[in-house]
Amino acid sequence: MRKKAVHVDNLTVYYGQTAALAGVCLDVYEGEYLGIIGPNGGGKTTLLKSILGINPSTKGTVEIYGEPIAGKRSLMGYVPQFAAMNKAFPITVFEVVLTGRIKSGFKPFFHYTEKDNEIVADLLKKVGISDLSERQISQLSGGEFQKMLIARALAVKPRLLLLDEPTASVDAVSREQIYHLLEELNKEMTIILVTHDLLAVSSYVGRLACLNTKLVYHGEPELTEEVVNHLYGCAVDLIAHGVPHRVLKDHQEEC
Amino acid sequence: MLDALFKYQFLQNAFWAGILASIVCGLIGVIIVERKLVMMSGGIAHTAYGGVGLGYLLGFEPIIGAFVFSICAALGIGYINKKGGAQSDVVIGLFWSIGMALGIFFIALMPGYPPDLSSYLFGSILSVTRFDLYLMIGLTLIVVFVVVVFFNHWKAYLFDEEFAAILGVNTTILEYGLLILVAMTVVVLIRVVGIILVIALLTAPAASAGLLSSNFRNRMFYAMLLGIIFCLTGMWISYELNIASGATIVILSVLCYFSLYIGHMIKNKTNRSLRKSLSEMNEEIK
Repeated sequence: MRKKAVHVDNLTVYYGQTAALAGVCLDVYEGEYLGIIGPNGGGKTTLLKSILGINPSTKGTVEIYGEPIAGKRSLMGYVPQFAAMNKAFPITVFEVVLTGRIKSGFKPFFHYTEKDNEIVADLLKKVGISDLSERQISQLSGGEFQKMLIARALAVKPRLLLLDEPTASVDAVSREQIYHLLEELNKEMTIILVTHDLLAVSSYVGRLACLNTKLVYHGEPELTEEVVNHLYGCAVDLIAHGVPHRVLKDHQEEC
Repeated sequence: MLDALFKYQFLQNAFWAGILASIVCGLIGVIIVERKLVMMSGGIAHTAYGGVGLGYLLGFEPIIGAFVFSICAALGIGYINKKGGAQSDVVIGLFWSIGMALGIFFIALMPGYPPDLSSYLFGSILSVTRFDLYLMIGLTLIVVFVVVVFFNHWKAYLFDEEFAAILGVNTTILEYGLLILVAMTVVVLIRVVGIILVIALLTAPAASAGLLSSNFRNRMFYAMLLGIIFCLTGMWISYELNIASGATIVILSVLCYFSLYIGHMIKNKTNRSLRKSLSEMNEEIK
């Protein structure tokens, strides 16, 4: 029987008076590649942050490998949204990836070891940006920036990788490279990918979750026109990242 | 002036005050600029005026009052911002004005003629006392220690707070710690450039350093070096021409920033033109 990497039970998160997530139940098994789609404001990022334990949940529980999040944070790597990053910060690609080697707590005069440097050099090679290691992050393209963030997440040596729209602000070639990289990484770790890229979802992920405050679908990723219509169910509501988003109608929840 | 520096203690005090102010400016100024905490620093500095007024009213060292009020303002602004429910600039504005108002209020309650507060408002590096200097040494040592000892944590936190939190770094401690360091820095700077001009010395050397280097650590060193140049040159001009030292230091700092900015713009434009010419030449060759 496969192990549960993530177990989300009846998760509810409020921002003020507004519910970002309402009674979400979701299981992600070890080795799975789960794609999460949904409209803007549907709670995708909130769910990721709740899994990471940086979003206090109003109600419900999240377990990582059968235990509370606090003790399992070191097993998770996180790639945040490109738009949320400070791209003008004076730091090189190598230094950013090195930050993934920081251990919890405050160790006075903490410095990175030679082994940390070797790990980072290997990761930069793995994601294909070793030639950019000394470049300032302000000089990176969108694709290079995302690869750097993936390398930083991998520097943690995670068993569970969570990515928040890693292909936003990325050209078509880099997008393909990132998806192929994630496919490779999925051989070693569980992946949860939040994306607006509906085509990629059906091509790469193993399972699909559809979120609009509530979990409205969780299952096979084949996104035929019929499935999309079934999921979105009403007229196009808004367009973001060049992809039409529709308001999801309520479906029967899993739990 | 060099002879006078060895002869007069007030000039020696001023010299060391300039050096100490430049060190904290270099370290904390760069962080403030990167973290976009300039206005918050202004709010903390102006709140300190309430402490100066209270010090005069109750008869203790005004700089101690400024220190206590600055720390309270830093923690208060930080707490309200973290809890949410109020806009950051509104909270800063309210602390800013209540601090100034309390200062005026406390001074008005004093019997007899009010004291001259211009050295606290506009700074007077030449009137730094031994007590001020000892306080500045203590605060500078704390600031340097905290920044240097946890440098890699600071860097990770400043670049991406959320990721640092996921790694298990206690970002709440860093957040409040940073605000307390800003408050300490403000107190060090008050005697040099004054409450009103603190923002300039916190930002101008750091922003100038940002135009000279794209390395975080080097920016801190450049900002310290520029701060020393501004403070000591300002002190010298102030001594020779008998004009306000705080204003002189700030004018020098801001002029330097704009000179560097213009130089930076010209350099970028020249580079762009060169690149364009080269690509046109390549096209012609093809």
